[in-house]
Amino acid sequence: MAAGPERALREAAAALERGGPGAAAALGAAREAVAAAGGPAALGERERALLGAFLRSLARARPAAEWRSFFLEAPPGLALSVLLEALAAPGSAREAAEVLELFLREGRVPALLWELCQAPAGSPELQEALLGQIVCLPDHVSNKLQGKNPPVFFPQNYFPLLGGAIIQVLQKISESLRGGLDCSISFISHILGKVCVHGRQKEILSVLVPRLTDLTKSDCIWQRICWRLVECVPDRWMEAVVLGFVQRAPGADVLSRLLGNLVVKNKKAQFVVTQKMLLLQYGHTTAVLQNLLGYLALDSLRRALLIKVLKELLETWGSSSAVKHSPPEQQQYISKAILICLSHLKEPEIESCRQELLTSMMEGVKCHLDSNLPQIRRLGMIVAESISSKINTDGPVLKFQYEEDDEARELKSLLVQTPPFCVVPGPRDDDRNDKTDAALPGELESNKKSHPAAPVKPEEESDAELDSDDDLIPYDMSEDKELKTKAPVYIRDCIEVLTGSEDVDKWEATVKALESLVRKNPAATREVSVELAKIVLHLEEKTCIEGFVELRQRAQVAILTTDPIPVAKYLTSQFYSLNYSLRQRVDILDVLVLAAQELSYPKSHGKTKHSDAQKPCIQLLPGSDSSKDWRKIVDERIKNKTRRFATGQSQVERASGPNEFNSVAGHFFFPLIQHFDRPLTTFDLLGEDHFVLGRLVHALAILMYLAVNTMAVTAMGKALLEFVWALRFHTDSYVRQGLLSCISSVLLSVPAECLLEDVTEELLEAQSWLGDVVEKDPDGDCRRLALQNLLLMENLKKKLQTVPS
Amino acid sequence: MFIARMALPPPDPQFVLRGTGAAIHTLHFSCGSQEPAVPVLFSGSENGFIHVWNLKTHRVDTALDGHGRKSVYCVETMGGKDQLLSQGRDQRICLWDLAEGRTAVTDSVCTENVGFCRCSLLKVAQGRWLMAMAAKALEEPSCGSQPLLLAGYEDGSVVLWNMSMGKALSQLVCHQEPVMSLDFDSEKAKGISGSSEKVLSIWSLNEQQNLQVYKTHKLVNAGICDITIRPDKKILATGGWDHRIRIFGWKNLKPLAVLDYHTASVHAVSFSDHKIPSERLLAAGSKDHRISIWSIYTQT
Repeated sequence: MAAGPERALREAAAALERGGPGAAAALGAAREAVAAAGGPAALGERERALLGAFLRSLARARPAAEWRSFFLEAPPGLALSVLLEALAAPGSAREAAEVLELFLREGRVPALLWELCQAPAGSPELQEALLGQIVCLPDHVSNKLQGKNPPVFFPQNYFPLLGGAIIQVLQKISESLRGGLDCSISFISHILGKVCVHGRQKEILSVLVPRLTDLTKSDCIWQRICWRLVECVPDRWMEAVVLGFVQRAPGADVLSRLLGNLVVKNKKAQFVVTQKMLLLQYGHTTAVLQNLLGYLALDSLRRALLIKVLKELLETWGSSSAVKHSPPEQQQYISKAILICLSHLKEPEIESCRQELLTSMMEGVKCHLDSNLPQIRRLGMIVAESISSKINTDGPVLKFQYEEDDEARELKSLLVQTPPFCVVPGPRDDDRNDKTDAALPGELESNKKSHPAAPVKPEEESDAELDSDDDLIPYDMSEDKELKTKAPVYIRDCIEVLTGSEDVDKWEATVKALESLVRKNPAATREVSVELAKIVLHLEEKTCIEGFVELRQRAQVAILTTDPIPVAKYLTSQFYSLNYSLRQRVDILDVLVLAAQELSYPKSHGKTKHSDAQKPCIQLLPGSDSSKDWRKIVDERIKNKTRRFATGQSQVERASGPNEFNSVAGHFFFPLIQHFDRPLTTFDLLGEDHFVLGRLVHALAILMYLAVNTMAVTAMGKALLEFVWALRFHTDSYVRQGLLSCISSVLLSVPAECLLEDVTEELLEAQSWLGDVVEKDPDGDCRRLALQNLLLMENLKKKLQTVPS
Repeated sequence: MFIARMALPPPDPQFVLRGTGAAIHTLHFSCGSQEPAVPVLFSGSENGFIHVWNLKTHRVDTALDGHGRKSVYCVETMGGKDQLLSQGRDQRICLWDLAEGRTAVTDSVCTENVGFCRCSLLKVAQGRWLMAMAAKALEEPSCGSQPLLLAGYEDGSVVLWNMSMGKALSQLVCHQEPVMSLDFDSEKAKGISGSSEKVLSIWSLNEQQNLQVYKTHKLVNAGICDITIRPDKKILATGGWDHRIRIFGWKNLKPLAVLDYHTASVHAVSFSDHKIPSERLLAAGSKDHRISIWSIYTQT
């Protein structure tokens, strides 16, 4: 029986080879032969091989219109292989692509998949080959046709089509399962895995996930099909598939329906979900995190994993090395994950690990508060507050003071679990939340404005009229001014008031008047400058004066600029002496920087000097943020510097005058840089006082920058580069940022010739370090600064080349 | 021609009483009696003494020591100048008999109140006086009429109490800060209160016995220690933390004068009860230990 179709096929192929009018007849004969064998699905091994040979010759001969449709009738796997071969063969590519397009349009893909599901025929190699052909079809076609690729082969069209086909096949499978027939799904899983690992999750899952979400809603067979589909994905592709599902599922409950207990059954999936996505990656959105952790929380088998995950997250969060070395974005990600985990935990679960939570919280909060970056400190505070509120439901809870901004509010909102069924956290959702958050403060403000309900004053006009018949004549009241306590007029009186006076009003008035008094009486100030500097340095806020810190700082700056050398000597020596608080040491640095800025600033008139001195105070005062401002100043100047070629003549002429910083720059700079590596009992710059070290490094960078055009600049640059070299591997990113600013300052301040002559080696060393930083530093700001420095060096090189020496 | 339009400079004090040796906290005139009697001014000071000043000689006639050297912050006469009531920080209110040169405390009450609220006296009938003082529990004496009491509170509100019913009739929040002093004009049914903030508040009492803010007046400096309306209801005086005495027309609260003499907070201002208008005086006692006596707007 089998011999008939075999012979017929062989003859048909031969007829095709001969060509001519016999071709059409051969086609008919082949069709009959296939029909005689019981349809394309029932072909035996040998018949399939013969049919393949026939198809191959058909693709070569391409006799008449009829031949294309034969490919659509033939077994789809066979047809696809032959068509791809034809595509690869020279000459027949166009036609083969046309037939392939037809193949896709006519819905042969579901048939192909179904065929492969029903009969897991052929060797693994054959399956593998077909898998490759299906998944890589767009690549094959576009490689062949280059620019003339029909749109159906574009990945954004092909993969959704493939997704649709998968759904159709799954539908058939579900029907046959209901009919009691067994069916293998593994080939579909392979396709899904391979597509995902090729980076086409978005295209294919955007079709699959919504459909599967619908289908699994109330049908347990569909749920089982779906679970099986994911479970059968080979391990090497598992990550891509799971990631795709987690990212695209509209909610944790849906994800739970789609994946089932995959993480419990499959080691690879478990690793991806509990380790890789949480601890190794940090680019996922909050919605993805919520999906993922919500999924873990939704089943009792998985809840054990949730607690395990929380412990691991807390371990990372509480590790001082992680806090120091991982980028802030990752720390924020981990904090978010912890908060979401906490929101899912139930009372008994917390009870079981209360002690562990408490221990990790104590450790974590310690190393977070130790950080120099305000963002990290705040993260630590928020997470610690949340943990503490979770574990102490009745006792006292931790409460920190920090600025409530959008980020803090967002983090805290994570602690309140969103009901899983009403909120659909799509990727867009975040933006919307942000917007409503941002709108709120505005509303509050407007409320506040209207709030103070002062009694309405009657019109002044009508008052005056009523008054006219009054016979009481007012006395002169022009002297009725706001009361001011008389401030001292002499510098020596100030010293007396500030050291011994009990009169609070007088003390206040003195603090307020001190700066102007010092500036008005430079000669008198010089007589007592060091004594005065000492008093002001130790001045504590006796009463609540508005802007006390600023007043004190301005006074210090005024004293220092009036008598720079002795006062700078005093202040720099105090910076390294015992028994000062960190605040005082930081104050000293700020004052030195501000005074240097004032001295180096060209003054056109004596009178504008005053306002000049005030400007930087406002910028530098807010302690935690000042590093940004400092950097901004430096950045701005770098920009100005690098653009100088273009701007040329158009600059407004500045009033010129001697640079007062010239003669004193060394007194400001060298004493500060000398003793950093000698720890005192109360002050260890290289140890735990790295915050002050960070400020010191930034201060040195600014002093270096301000020393431009002074005599000492080259020596300063050399010393600073050595200093930077000694500290270059400091673990604190704030310190490293300062070091990079130092290098910028050196490059900008020291004349190019001197750089080349005196500090070549140091510069080359620095350059290689900068290269390392650009590539490897975990802190984004450090990388940016290092890159800027490299650009500066490059500019310098160009400049030297253009000027013939 | 400009001179005619220019306002006069504020007057200087008529005379100044010195020698109490401590900050003055309260003042009270007694000048209403018939001619042979000498007009006197009582002053209570921080060291617990009550000084009786002879306004003819400008000297101290008597110094009364009855509050254990604790600050005296309220002095009132009952009828003539022979019956004196004083309140001190020793938490006692003493009744003095000063007739015929005596200086004896005839009676005293312990208030158990440590605030700075002064007591207030009301003559109910001849020889019958009603005194209100801050205390822990409310005790109402029975009396024929239905007296009303205005009290200023530390939360910045003024409350009108019906004494016989022991019920608050109306409450008005007229300050953000504690009420330091208030005075009321029962003819116009208007009162004024000062606090530690920069605002004077004038309020009125309507027929339904509701208090309403009538007007506020903004001051140059914050803090009012004492407010007194002159008995003829023409002007009022305030003593402020800014060392200054301010005179306003009571009708419209038109500022009339700023008397700048003292060098520390003015704690008390008081108008005399002279029968002849031209003799009327204003006294101000200050933290700088001095009492300044002024003669101002006496012709109206």
